[in-house]
Amino acid sequence: MKRLLPATIIAALFAVGWYHWPASPRPFTAADIAILESLTLASLPPLPPDPGNPVADDPRAAVFGHALFFDTRLSRNGGISCATCHQPERNFTDGLPKAQALGTSRRNTPSIVGTAYSPWQYWDGRRDSQWAQALSPLEDPNEHGSDRQTLVRLIAEDPDYAACYTGLFGELPDLQDAAGVDAAFANIGRVFAAYERLLMPGPAPFDEYVAAVVAGDTERQAELFSDDEVVGLQLFIGKANCTQCHNGPLLTNNEFHNTGVIAAPGELPDKGRVVGAREVLADPFNCAGAFGAGSPSACAELEFMRTGPELIGAFRTPSLRGVAETAPYMHTGQLPTLGEVVEHYNLAPLAMIGHNEAKPLKLRRGELRQLEAFLLTLSAPPAVDAKWLRAPARD
Amino acid sequence: MRRRFAWLSLCLCCLPAMAGTPADLPSSTSQRGLFTVSYESELEPLQINQLHAWVLHLENAQGEAVTGATIDVDGGMPEHDHGLATRPRVTAELGDGAYRLEGLRFHMRGDWELQLTIVAGGKTDSAVLKFTL
Repeated sequence: MKRLLPATIIAALFAVGWYHWPASPRPFTAADIAILESLTLASLPPLPPDPGNPVADDPRAAVFGHALFFDTRLSRNGGISCATCHQPERNFTDGLPKAQALGTSRRNTPSIVGTAYSPWQYWDGRRDSQWAQALSPLEDPNEHGSDRQTLVRLIAEDPDYAACYTGLFGELPDLQDAAGVDAAFANIGRVFAAYERLLMPGPAPFDEYVAAVVAGDTERQAELFSDDEVVGLQLFIGKANCTQCHNGPLLTNNEFHNTGVIAAPGELPDKGRVVGAREVLADPFNCAGAFGAGSPSACAELEFMRTGPELIGAFRTPSLRGVAETAPYMHTGQLPTLGEVVEHYNLAPLAMIGHNEAKPLKLRRGELRQLEAFLLTLSAPPAVDAKWLRAPARD
Repeated sequence: MRRRFAWLSLCLCCLPAMAGTPADLPSSTSQRGLFTVSYESELEPLQINQLHAWVLHLENAQGEAVTGATIDVDGGMPEHDHGLATRPRVTAELGDGAYRLEGLRFHMRGDWELQLTIVAGGKTDSAVLKFTL
């Protein structure tokens, strides 16, 4: 028995070492390279149209939307702007588990970078365009806490804003004209969207690395990525199954998945998309509504939208572009670090409601660290002039 | 000019054949053998994350085009135990056994299935279209 003890200790040490030891990179296959190319910004298609927003690509609207985005007067207490929660230096998130403005919101602040490509906005997709989304926080008592009449009056009384508005949309409505105020409110959303459409992710070290892989430039590859990052990437497109949902150049399929994220302590599980689907259908500012695209054929996403019990507890896949800047993670910021996120997917726990689509990955500790190292290569400032990332100067 | 007319008449002659069930399209026979469904995507090559439409071609066991059918569509990825991202449906009958299926979007790579419930001439049968993205 005594003779067995040293052998057992050596075997245990070997097992622990193996569990923590990082894996080694392997050569990329042609199939790997095809997947890598599909994930880079070089494969990003042209910006899709924004149905129901005739000023989506009007530079004057983007300038106007930029000013409104940073203007705290668009809140009940004069202290909250969109940028309070969507902070440019944090990839347009706020670093908090749940958004804090006039009150505390139900969920974590999602980034708005690249969301012009998404048919759905918010974690639960309860809005179907950037412009319809921009309207909700303005009247939410926990966020801006304002109302559409007050906002239209603010624009009418600010000579610069009034000039911007009338230049784009014509005369401002009489404040007693409820339908006119609704239409002007929709226009406010449209100029926000014109600004937000400019916010696209910039090329990250990952994109440069893939270009080097495609070019067969091994020297450049070695300059850009460590072995750990290469293995992390190989796990990302391989046995970690990340690209099942985090696919395409924005590393999101913009769809809804239940991945068994446990509710925050003391909270009931969030039903997610199953409620968001009902809300987007009821939204008066949706694509098919009176202020929408004006043609049912332009609203195919809404027309063929799926709902039902399968979407209980499902949330929209967030883009992983700039993921290092958007902690804490998940719909109520339940997971403080990226390390905890990869650990969550490694375990794939049973869902509290609905069913977890993910399966346990059974990755070793060393591999999880490598996966995390790769995720840090996805950061880059948005691909716009820096002037759009700070409040505009006003005279 | 004469050559252009020749091409045009050739194309017109080909139209009925094109609307039928082209032999080179992927197809599936229904469970009870009543129908054969073949399909072609209007998005070529087929890609993930894009809303698009397919044309389904429906034949009976004798190889004749089936008109006036209703086709309900569901599906998903059995491996991941989830359904489709969208709720596609047949929006138009194009004639000669062809049907336009709109509202398809596949949001993952892997093995997909579309399950079709076909009702035509008082008979019901189901077919499964399997494909990999």
